Amino acid sequence: MPRYAALIYEPATTEGQGTEEEWAAIMAGHETFSAAAGAAGVIVGGEALQPTSTATTIRRSGGPFGDHVVTDGPFAETKEVLGGFYLLECADLDEAVRWASQIPGDLVEVRPVIDFSQM
Amino acid sequence: MTDADLPALVRQEGGRVLATLIRLTGDMAMAEDAVQDAVVRALERWPHDGIPANPAAWLTTVARNRALDLIRREADRTRKESAAVLLDQVVNRMAEPLSDSVVRDDQLRLLFTCCHPALAPDARVALTLRTLCGLSTVEIARLFLVEDATMGQRISRAKKKIETARIPYRVPADHELPDRLPAVLATVYAVVTAGHHAPEGEQHDRADLAREGVRLARLLHELMPDEPECAGLRALSLATYARRDARVDAAGEVVLLAHQDRRRWHVDEIEEADRVLQRALTRRRPGPYQVQAAIACLHGMAESFEATDWPQIASLYAELERLAPSPVVRVNRAVAVAEVEGTEVALALLADVEADLARWHLFWSTKAEMLARLGRVAEAVEAFEAALGCSPNDSDRRHLQRRVAEVSRQ
Repeated sequence: MPRYAALIYEPATTEGQGTEEEWAAIMAGHETFSAAAGAAGVIVGGEALQPTSTATTIRRSGGPFGDHVVTDGPFAETKEVLGGFYLLECADLDEAVRWASQIPGDLVEVRPVIDFSQM
Repeated sequence: MTDADLPALVRQEGGRVLATLIRLTGDMAMAEDAVQDAVVRALERWPHDGIPANPAAWLTTVARNRALDLIRREADRTRKESAAVLLDQVVNRMAEPLSDSVVRDDQLRLLFTCCHPALAPDARVALTLRTLCGLSTVEIARLFLVEDATMGQRISRAKKKIETARIPYRVPADHELPDRLPAVLATVYAVVTAGHHAPEGEQHDRADLAREGVRLARLLHELMPDEPECAGLRALSLATYARRDARVDAAGEVVLLAHQDRRRWHVDEIEEADRVLQRALTRRRPGPYQVQAAIACLHGMAESFEATDWPQIASLYAELERLAPSPVVRVNRAVAVAEVEGTEVALALLADVEADLARWHLFWSTKAEMLARLGRVAEAVEAFEAALGCSPNDSDRRHLQRRVAEVSRQ
């Protein structure tokens, strides 16, 4: 069964800025989603991420095995930041999109996961 | 059948066979290889042996055998269990009889896959032309005026996404159709309109493209006879295509509807469009394509521009604006309203969308013509200049410059 990562993005401007009520509403949304998708056996994993202010980036020069430099912050300053993700197991993209569209969030990107057992 | 028709026949039949091969193998690239092989064999054999009674069945059999060879070879080479399982599945699927309805459903599946919302709109059009119309990448690149390599990348990226993200090969369920059908209709209509808006100097190509669009629209309607919007799209495509010979004059200049030589319209096609539309309207499920088809048919059946049923067309545009509001629809509505309620009312309708369409030369030329009618020459010239500032193509540019000169002499 193929796996899909549902990556949840939020505007950088509002990251970690919500009120307690907004946070509670979003968490309740995730509980509703996890209950439904969990009961269907779709969720394989997932995590919520701390704000990008806690991020550390390791950048290598000269390719994937080059010297590395550790820097503060996310790899790119973008308008949207990754807030968390689910790992979903679905028959095809339509099913993955059907589930991912029930995840609370400003923007959810669905990406197929590489199946190394098939390589 | 002449020798010259044979490649066209093989290409068209090959397009039908491809959809079935994709379902049987579950692999678009392999299906294409297998069908390509069958097409090459047909072009070698048919000139000597004669065209088989059922060309599609002949091509399917040859392509199926070729696909089985490819899968067996892969299973032998990799000795992987997954390859052996795939071989079993494909052999089982191939044992099932291929009725006409199965073959047609395969084409519908392929159309919905090519028009999946997870693919970019320009990739949907290209992929549809490639797989369902059998056009080559080079031909499609020429139609859309992009480099061969760019079009090749666009198509292969779309195919790769279908494979990697597992875009399913199926017709959506009835409850999903309201979400999925519009993308299919829009893709087919894009093929038709691309045929009319292609830049000058490519007349042969654009007629081909419009014809492919009409063929696809007919196919879609035949496959989904209960969807009145499919009938509407077919009628709209046909009624638009029927005016092809009058749209450009002998010198290659664009001729506006008002000045087209109506004797060059294909009346039989307009009548067919109207028959298709009238049957669809009895289902009483109106939609934007049926409304646009009704407008196209009314234009098509009018004796002259002046004798056109403008009140009816104006109210159809109002309906279209309600069903599918857009600034462009508003401009078309304003043109009809000008003939019914007068130019002043029409100009007021245009004013609402000026900010949205400030970069569209047809907005400015429409406004300019209305101002010219009212004798507001200076404003008309200003609007024509604005149209020229929107980088229209050469033929439109010459038309606008001619109008500036004519209006200035008024």
